[in-house]
Amino acid sequence: MILLWLIVLLLAGGLLAWIAQRWHPSAPRWIALFTVLSSLLLTMLLWVNDGASPTDTAWLIRLEQPWIPQWGVGFSLALDGLSLLLLLLTFFLGLLAVLISWREIQHKVGFFHFNLLWVLAGISGVFLAMDLFLFYFFWEVMLIPMYFLIGIWGHEKKRYAAYKFFLFTQASGLLMLLAILGLYFIHGNQTGTYTFNYFELLNTTLAPVAARWLMFGFLAAFLVKLPVVPFHSWLPDAHSQAPTAGSVILAGLLLKTGAYGLLRFVLPLFPTATVEFAPWAMLLGVIGILYGAILAYSQTDLKRLVAYTSVSHMGFVILGVFAFNEWALQGVVMQMIAHGLSTGALFILAGFLYERLHTRDMNKMGGFWTTAPKMGVMALVFVMASLGLPGLGNFIAEFLTLVGAWQANNWLTVFATIGLVLATAYSLRIMQKVFLERNLKQQVLPDLTFREMLIAAPMVVLMLWLGLYPQPVLDLAQPAIKQQLQAYTPAVPAVTSPAPQTAFYPPATDSTYFQKMKGETYEFK
Amino acid sequence: MNSNDFLHLMPLLILTFGAIINMLVISVWRNHKIIYVITALSMLAAFGSLLEQRTLGPHHIDPLFIIDGFAVFYMGIILLTALLISMLSYAYFEQREEQKEEYYLLLILSTLGACVLVLSKHFASLFLGLEILSVALYALIAYLRKRERSDEGGIKYLILAAFSSAFLLFGMALVYASAGTMEFAAIATAIASAGGLSLLMLTGFGMMIVGVGFKLGVVPFHMWTPDVYEGAPAPVTAFIATVSKGGMLGLLIRFFMEVDGFRYPALVLIFTIIAVASMFVGNLLALMQRNVKRILAYSSIAHMGYLLVAFLAGNEMGVQAITFYLVAYFITTVGAFGIVAMLSDKVRDAELLSDYKGLLWRRPWTATIFTAMLLSLAGIPLTGGFVGKFYILAAGVNTGLWLLVVTLIINSVIGLYYYIKIIAVMFQQPDAATEATARLRPAIYVASMGTLTILALLLVGIGIYPTALLNLIATVLDSYSTVAFR
Repeated sequence: MILLWLIVLLLAGGLLAWIAQRWHPSAPRWIALFTVLSSLLLTMLLWVNDGASPTDTAWLIRLEQPWIPQWGVGFSLALDGLSLLLLLLTFFLGLLAVLISWREIQHKVGFFHFNLLWVLAGISGVFLAMDLFLFYFFWEVMLIPMYFLIGIWGHEKKRYAAYKFFLFTQASGLLMLLAILGLYFIHGNQTGTYTFNYFELLNTTLAPVAARWLMFGFLAAFLVKLPVVPFHSWLPDAHSQAPTAGSVILAGLLLKTGAYGLLRFVLPLFPTATVEFAPWAMLLGVIGILYGAILAYSQTDLKRLVAYTSVSHMGFVILGVFAFNEWALQGVVMQMIAHGLSTGALFILAGFLYERLHTRDMNKMGGFWTTAPKMGVMALVFVMASLGLPGLGNFIAEFLTLVGAWQANNWLTVFATIGLVLATAYSLRIMQKVFLERNLKQQVLPDLTFREMLIAAPMVVLMLWLGLYPQPVLDLAQPAIKQQLQAYTPAVPAVTSPAPQTAFYPPATDSTYFQKMKGETYEFK
Repeated sequence: MNSNDFLHLMPLLILTFGAIINMLVISVWRNHKIIYVITALSMLAAFGSLLEQRTLGPHHIDPLFIIDGFAVFYMGIILLTALLISMLSYAYFEQREEQKEEYYLLLILSTLGACVLVLSKHFASLFLGLEILSVALYALIAYLRKRERSDEGGIKYLILAAFSSAFLLFGMALVYASAGTMEFAAIATAIASAGGLSLLMLTGFGMMIVGVGFKLGVVPFHMWTPDVYEGAPAPVTAFIATVSKGGMLGLLIRFFMEVDGFRYPALVLIFTIIAVASMFVGNLLALMQRNVKRILAYSSIAHMGYLLVAFLAGNEMGVQAITFYLVAYFITTVGAFGIVAMLSDKVRDAELLSDYKGLLWRRPWTATIFTAMLLSLAGIPLTGGFVGKFYILAAGVNTGLWLLVVTLIINSVIGLYYYIKIIAVMFQQPDAATEATARLRPAIYVASMGTLTILALLLVGIGIYPTALLNLIATVLDSYSTVAFR
């Protein structure tokens, strides 16, 4: 029941925030803050209580309630390590989104926080739903408030960006709905029980042709959301036009729903079709990594630059997902969290700058290192995280993904690695353009305030934690990942040979952990 | 006719008496309020008598009528919708100078016509119902006769409707010439014994489709829709979009199920083409509009196309899907036009997109309701429209109508664009000049807001918890239905 309360809490908080505007102008902010904070605490409580206790199944909590019994639709939510991690990320970034909007959003405050909380509710629903109808329901619920966030509080081209975002995601979502229905009827005809329940649908046996089509239906939604290169064109517009909180949520969370969908639904539901499609998917991933990086390098709009880095980073996700081994998937989960933090941080940085300068054009910035040293240090950490400096979360993520992908496809991995070099180029360019160079216009830039430090410091701490001691995250994700890969273990035995697995989770300390792993890959060749 | 027959026809009789009493009262004392109360009461009473009939079971009144679960359910939603529309009409006409009383007379009569349509199982009753509905509508559309558009719409509808009625009549005559009977069930047996559709019969059906298609406003018989929607007073537009189309759709389903038209590829092909064309034409033309009423008109063409997808599924699930979708669509349409009616002033209806600019900040609650209605039309979750569209898609996928299903998906996306356009206009910053003055008297304002709030709650209710409505539809339709679902 606690899962349901999480969602209800956010929905109710949103309504309350909207109404509360009448009482006091800043009441919505406090209500939103407390709502998200209590959700975060509740989720951490779940982690402490259930996450630590080892169970034989990957599922920590499950909730099954009938909803529309005529159609076999149940209100079924479930939590495993993967969902738990993503929920923590959701509420953490949600908290930052509320804080970052404290000064930025000055009109229609109530409605803004209503939308913010409802987006968060939709996203948490997506991470928890174990009924395909319910999943689609939440998938759509998170769209509308996001559309309003971009369309009302966005920058100069907000309407165009909001339209584009909405139409892209809605069109691809409808294709997924078709695939869901197809799966529903195939399962129903086979077994006689018509149900949307995820756990039952896992047992559907599909003809190869049907599996391929249904998989493409699901992929449509997830690849657009991720986004993978030919379908990415909504992302730079939406990300750069959204208000800071919107960008943080878009980049940090909405993109992750695509990755989550791939892990949770595409992999286990269509084991044969995905293997067929894997080389193409990995190729798309590599194209995304390189293309995103090159375009990021050539942007002058800071937010647009960060948006393209997302395209590049999400390339690693799809590369890892379609490698079908535990290493790569661990890397993907790490990437989801680390990218959520680092890109969110960069957007927040862009928000700080925009608030002070009212521009996002990097050509008009420069030399802020001396005028705003605190901001400069924070920015340096965020930029280093984004380029994958060892010791910060993204390094672990990209490293694991590449190690896993190498076992699946050597050449593509080589090209993907080039992406890391390009990442260095575009990341350092941010530093160079904004903080170094010469301050041509002699702009005065106030340094970070206490509230802004309160936002930035936890992100730095978390990034360092992920980079230096990622073991808790890996442990939490491992059972869930194993479960998603169940269908592949007999099919691709060469990939998950037992040796690397034992080396992967040594009882030893972490310092030996990386050395050992490197040694293993080396022997592998 | 025995007393049992009278009991079953009670809703029709009550409506007829309501109309007569209205007429007599008008001749004695013109009073808007009294006439309105009589109208609302007669509609409520007719609905009440339907509740009575739930327990009675299917009943034939040979050769004209049949009262089964299907008929009762469709009459129920028609009567409730008409009641809601009459409530909106009261607020709408209260602020206008015209003689308002005859309006209600016509409203009752056209509701009666729509009810007769869903009861009929014979060409004669079909035509009677259709003409009662149409003739009343001619006058309703042109009711605000001082407005140019209103006259134009009325005359356009009059000419085209008469034309299509002629087609329908001719088609019926051809079918009669070929089958030798005007009863639906007997026609089915005649076709079956003839071993297929003869050319004469097919021609007859084709001409009937012209007549029916006109009333439904599907492509290529849709030309009247935008002009009439634009010209008619907002509540009348709501009436045409819901009651008139719903009645005709009910008749179409009954006729096709009885005749088992889905066995004949020629008919299925015709309807497939109509459905695909309606979806595309309706949505694409709606993209170009700047007038809210015209946008809703074109969107209604597309929605009829969506409904035909479930209709072509041709099984029990399809009929239930249509019924569910109709309920959601009725609520949505009445709500949307209710908003238009409420925002209208004495001179003209609030129909331009610019009238809605910044509505979310000027009148937040109204704008929220309108947003909910538009999102429901677009089929976004948390609204009934989503569940309805889902049901239609499910029916289509179940029967394997891939072409239609994919067309529906593409069109949902196109449709989304113009619904969002209206929503986007509503949350723009308002110009200081368009600041609304309080136009309605408080009591009326509260009444119409109340109606709209109820509609919005209903819409969200069936969007979040559709189980109750699904159960109701399933039991009422199944338990004593005489329509053989195949």
